[in-house]
Amino acid sequence: MDSIFDIYLLEALLNGILLGGVLALLGLGLNLVFGVIDVVWICYAELIMLGMYGMYYLHSVYHLPLVVAGALSIAIVGALGVVLHLVVIQPLLGTAPINQLLATGGVLFFLQSAATVLFGIEFKNLGLRLPVIELSGMFVSYARLLAFGAALIGMVLVYLFLAKTYTGIAIRAIAQDRQIMGLMGVDTRRIYLITSAVGGALAGLAACLLVLQYDVHPFVGLSFGPIIFMICVLGGLGNIVGGFVAAFIFAEIITVGGLYLDLEWGYVFAFVFFVVMMFIRPEGLLARRA
Amino acid sequence: MKRWLPWTIAGALLVALPFVYNAPYPLHIMVVILIWSFAYTSWSIMGRFGLVSLGHGGFMGIGAYVTALLWNHAGMSPWLSIPMALLASATIAILVAYPCFRFRITGHYFALVTLALSGIVLQVITATRDHTGGSLGYTPERHQGGSSIYALQFIDKETWYLIALGVWAAGIVIWYRVERSMMRYALEAISEDEDAAAAAGVHVTWEKLKVTVLSAMMTALAGALYCQYQMFISPDTVSGISISLQMVFAVVVGGIYVSLGPTIGAIITILLAEVLRISFGTAAVGYDNLVYGVLLVLFIIFLPKGILGGLMEARARPQAATAAQPKASRA
Repeated sequence: MDSIFDIYLLEALLNGILLGGVLALLGLGLNLVFGVIDVVWICYAELIMLGMYGMYYLHSVYHLPLVVAGALSIAIVGALGVVLHLVVIQPLLGTAPINQLLATGGVLFFLQSAATVLFGIEFKNLGLRLPVIELSGMFVSYARLLAFGAALIGMVLVYLFLAKTYTGIAIRAIAQDRQIMGLMGVDTRRIYLITSAVGGALAGLAACLLVLQYDVHPFVGLSFGPIIFMICVLGGLGNIVGGFVAAFIFAEIITVGGLYLDLEWGYVFAFVFFVVMMFIRPEGLLARRA
Repeated sequence: MKRWLPWTIAGALLVALPFVYNAPYPLHIMVVILIWSFAYTSWSIMGRFGLVSLGHGGFMGIGAYVTALLWNHAGMSPWLSIPMALLASATIAILVAYPCFRFRITGHYFALVTLALSGIVLQVITATRDHTGGSLGYTPERHQGGSSIYALQFIDKETWYLIALGVWAAGIVIWYRVERSMMRYALEAISEDEDAAAAAGVHVTWEKLKVTVLSAMMTALAGALYCQYQMFISPDTVSGISISLQMVFAVVVGGIYVSLGPTIGAIITILLAEVLRISFGTAAVGYDNLVYGVLLVLFIIFLPKGILGGLMEARARPQAATAAQPKASRA
């Protein structure tokens, strides 16, 4: 009896790690945008939802190969990120930060209902049947493994971009000191646009991976949106490594908590953990104490 | 005397309305508008001081579900269970808000922490589906005979209209009490600069906590009233993030800094939804939020004070200019 129980726990732990990879990717784009532009995209999960629809239509309706559909979806959501920045964020850059947060809340309503009107409220999926892999008695879905791998690759690419390219270094510099970079000859507007495009593209990548495992419907964003925000806040908004750590902690709490009780309780535990942690470490997990 | 006259007349007209004109559907819409206006007013009581909470969906859910659950499972009269729901909501508000204020979690961070609260309440309601019906919703049992003061259930809409009107008016009175209190000056100072306010002798944590608890309890009352009137609640209609955002949206559209702003916001949003629903039927599913979303963005960019706030400002500007001159000449 004990050994079976342990296998389940191990399986949950393993699934937690795999989920953590995807959550880390989900948080990465939002974190990047926050760190650089100092804006919270409340509608971030809705961008992912649009990416999932993109995948669905390009692959299931227009029969493009998965990889091509994925690349196109990433490009589309990246472009949406730029549009979001130009239309909504840019006019509000000078006002109170909470205004930008609320305006993207309006975009959230808009995208949800636009999806309802355009795509209908039915649940849609790619209809893929990806195999389940057995690892010494534990069952792991191939889709999750694939998502985990792609999430890791995506994150390494973003890391290389930020660490090695001129634009990446400028992006990190702006995140550190907003005022001075303009004086140093960096075009802040251009950097903001690039950041929005990268943030959107990361949402697109996350969408490609999520649609392999989950159905898409106009309100799918509400199911994982709050988790993404909590991961970013827990990691310290703008702190990319912190967000990474927070994603894995959250994923473990959700899967292990969901193992003993219902999945919703896993979420409840994760939320409660978040609120408690906010009081212990309000600046985020990895923040240095001032 | 003269200042009170328009208010008295408006109040008398509002009270007399259902006895003169009582077609069921418009009356129903008015009751719904009044209940939501009260909820939005409750949000704006703290929202106007820059305390943007996205957790009010949670407080509303607590109000609705505690009342309904105590009635169905313990047979407790809403006269007792509503105060208990308010107490529960106040307790949760203190548990979440006190550490937030103590550790100076403000702005973005405060909005996101309270967002977690909305999420928690929604997930707890869904997870305890054996007792709450989960996402399928929950119905308080009808008291035998239908209308009963003990069960706070009424079949006729006139009674509900008067109850909702009374609660809404109380909400407006509370808004003015806050407006004229020392608390308002303290909170305005805090929203400008916390350190400066603290240095000037304002107890930052305590002042913020007072207004948050007040706002949370009022929101819970709105939830309880909604439950008693509609006799059906579901996690999506009284809790969660979309309800929290809906509150923010309506208040921003109506006007966050004026007493009747949230009411105007409720009238506009609910009428818009109803008009779209009647004229397009089921084909319009989603259109109302489409319009809301665009409006919210446009309002925040172009008219951050809201419709009523913007109108009052436009009216006050020429008046202030002309009023200043006679005073100066008299002196």
